[in-house]
Amino acid sequence: MKVSHALASLALAVAALGLAAPSALAAEPVKIGVYLPLTGQNAFGGQLELNGVKLAHQAHPTVLGRDVELVVVDNKSDKVEAANAVKRLIERDKVSVYIGTYGSSLAMAGGEVGEKAGVPGVGTSCTNPLVTQGKKYYFRACFIDPYQGAAAAAYAFKNLGMKKAAILMDVANDYSVGLCSFFKRSYKKLGGEIVADLKYNSGDQDFTAQLTEIINKKPDIVFMPAYFAEGAIIMKQARELGGTFTMMGADAMDNPDTLKIGGKAVEGFLHTTFPYDVAMPNMSEAAKAFTADWKATFPTQDPNVNSALGYVCYNLILDAITRAGSDDPAAITKALAETKDLPTPLGSLSINATHDAELPVGIIQYKDGKRQYIGEAIAE
Amino acid sequence: MTLELFLQHFFNALTLGSLYGLIAIGYTMVYGILRLINFAHGDILMLGAYFVFYGTTLFCLPWPVAVVVAILGSALLGVLMDKIAYRPLRSAPRISALISAIAVSFFLESLAVVVFTGLPRPVHQPEWLVSIITIGGARLMPLTLLVPGVTAVLVAALLYVVYHTKPGLAMQAISKDIETTRMLGVSVDKIIALTFAIGSALAAASGIMWALRYPQINPYMGVFPGFKAFIAAVFGGIGSIQGAVVGGLILGFIEIMTVAFFPELSGYRDAFAFILLVVVLLVKPTGLFGEKQEEKI
Repeated sequence: MKVSHALASLALAVAALGLAAPSALAAEPVKIGVYLPLTGQNAFGGQLELNGVKLAHQAHPTVLGRDVELVVVDNKSDKVEAANAVKRLIERDKVSVYIGTYGSSLAMAGGEVGEKAGVPGVGTSCTNPLVTQGKKYYFRACFIDPYQGAAAAAYAFKNLGMKKAAILMDVANDYSVGLCSFFKRSYKKLGGEIVADLKYNSGDQDFTAQLTEIINKKPDIVFMPAYFAEGAIIMKQARELGGTFTMMGADAMDNPDTLKIGGKAVEGFLHTTFPYDVAMPNMSEAAKAFTADWKATFPTQDPNVNSALGYVCYNLILDAITRAGSDDPAAITKALAETKDLPTPLGSLSINATHDAELPVGIIQYKDGKRQYIGEAIAE
Repeated sequence: MTLELFLQHFFNALTLGSLYGLIAIGYTMVYGILRLINFAHGDILMLGAYFVFYGTTLFCLPWPVAVVVAILGSALLGVLMDKIAYRPLRSAPRISALISAIAVSFFLESLAVVVFTGLPRPVHQPEWLVSIITIGGARLMPLTLLVPGVTAVLVAALLYVVYHTKPGLAMQAISKDIETTRMLGVSVDKIIALTFAIGSALAAASGIMWALRYPQINPYMGVFPGFKAFIAAVFGGIGSIQGAVVGGLILGFIEIMTVAFFPELSGYRDAFAFILLVVVLLVKPTGLFGEKQEEKI
């Protein structure tokens, strides 16, 4: 009896949909393109972001009373394919706006095409400053690399109350140079003192000379935005040499192997990252809703920051189309640029003058040999 | 600079320098005998470290056993490398063997990426080697003292083999003139194979020491140390075993002391090392301990 009951209600629902459909179908759907690395070396991140986009689409399938149609293209983790993908979305599928991509070099190749056609795009996780530099039509839902440096400085100075910092920078790596210079600038502006400013080159394994010098200057905190393998070795050597200061890095340290290589030396280590983690305490309402939705739709996989970024991109675009009241690319571009305080799982999002998202920066700390999300910092 | 601080820098430099020296003696030995710069030396170093890693994790061997197996395995690999890549080119111009060496280096790196993956691996450090001890306020690990010790023992053994044994005598003869040595009835190929076996065993030993000091291994870990050790060998006079050790120590001391005395110039630490190298070579082109080469007519 129960089964037939369920069937009956299903039939009713279908009938209701059928009745509602003509009015939605009457108008052309709003087309949103998606280009992400679904195969190749970045496929892992691309797939998570695509699922995030799909999740948001499932929750909000219409805008301005019209259906939203997603057109998904694989950019195969390849720069040439990325440019072709955006070309296809704009010329063949005539999308009004597009989402993507994971990876800064892919975004630079794709964004160039969208720029020439005058169609707006929103990058998911491309953090190199160059991605949106000088671009009229390209935006992103993430913050840029140097922004983390500024947020790290604010967290160290204000939240941790550390007044003396030392820097250990990889001079041969743009990522490290960008983060360090923004850290220094913000830290000094806040009133902190940089007591040592040491450098090394990518590929170095011996940091003892630099660390001995740093230990001698007695800083409270050492900022060292290295990649994880290097960073773990730096921490090990610092502890071996007797350094007792706190150490802080950035999102490139966000890797389980940091702990495997660094072992006990990683205890207490802090690093900045995107402000979403499935195990974060004090989740915002938006983050809670996203997490619950994700778990219901993809029960086998935990949501991570990439899935949240895909989700945020779609909602950011839908918000812009609603405010613009049209799916005209120029109107969407204008509305995207005016985005302010949009509630998202990543926190309250605004688009700044350089088309980057202004978001809080998440802070991770290793405590008792475990990675823990301990809060957020705001760059000044 | 306080005495305590200087002592700390001194020990840091001693560790780094003796590691460079240890790698450089393998380089210089092969060059001294065959006049071949074996660019694959740094990659054998990497493989040695990986052999220990897999020996202890995959085959659950005790650490000392894994070390012995890794050194023997690398020696075997050295013989194989000679047989495949260098022996067929014995009578070819020297540049051909050099290109072949570069090819072997790339091959081993790519193979390691495929087989071991590019992911950096953590290295197990025996507790007794890395527990901190304090000398005059400077902190160091027993490893810091062990590395120069191992280097000294290996240099002594190597000098003994080359100057006081029959195969060593044959090696010296080969370094002067391969053809004449062959005519005198020496099995040249066997002696050269032995040279590569010893050279690769030394590379593996230095790789294991390197991985103990910097406990993270990846397929490209041999590139930089190999490069630096090559410089140290040229600096000391390539072909001279004592020269390689001295060259390595000097390079290590320059690198550390540059940062110690001019912290604001720490980004240029390699530049300083290389400028000094250029100066030494301008004044003494054969390196510190190098013999003057007479060109044969």
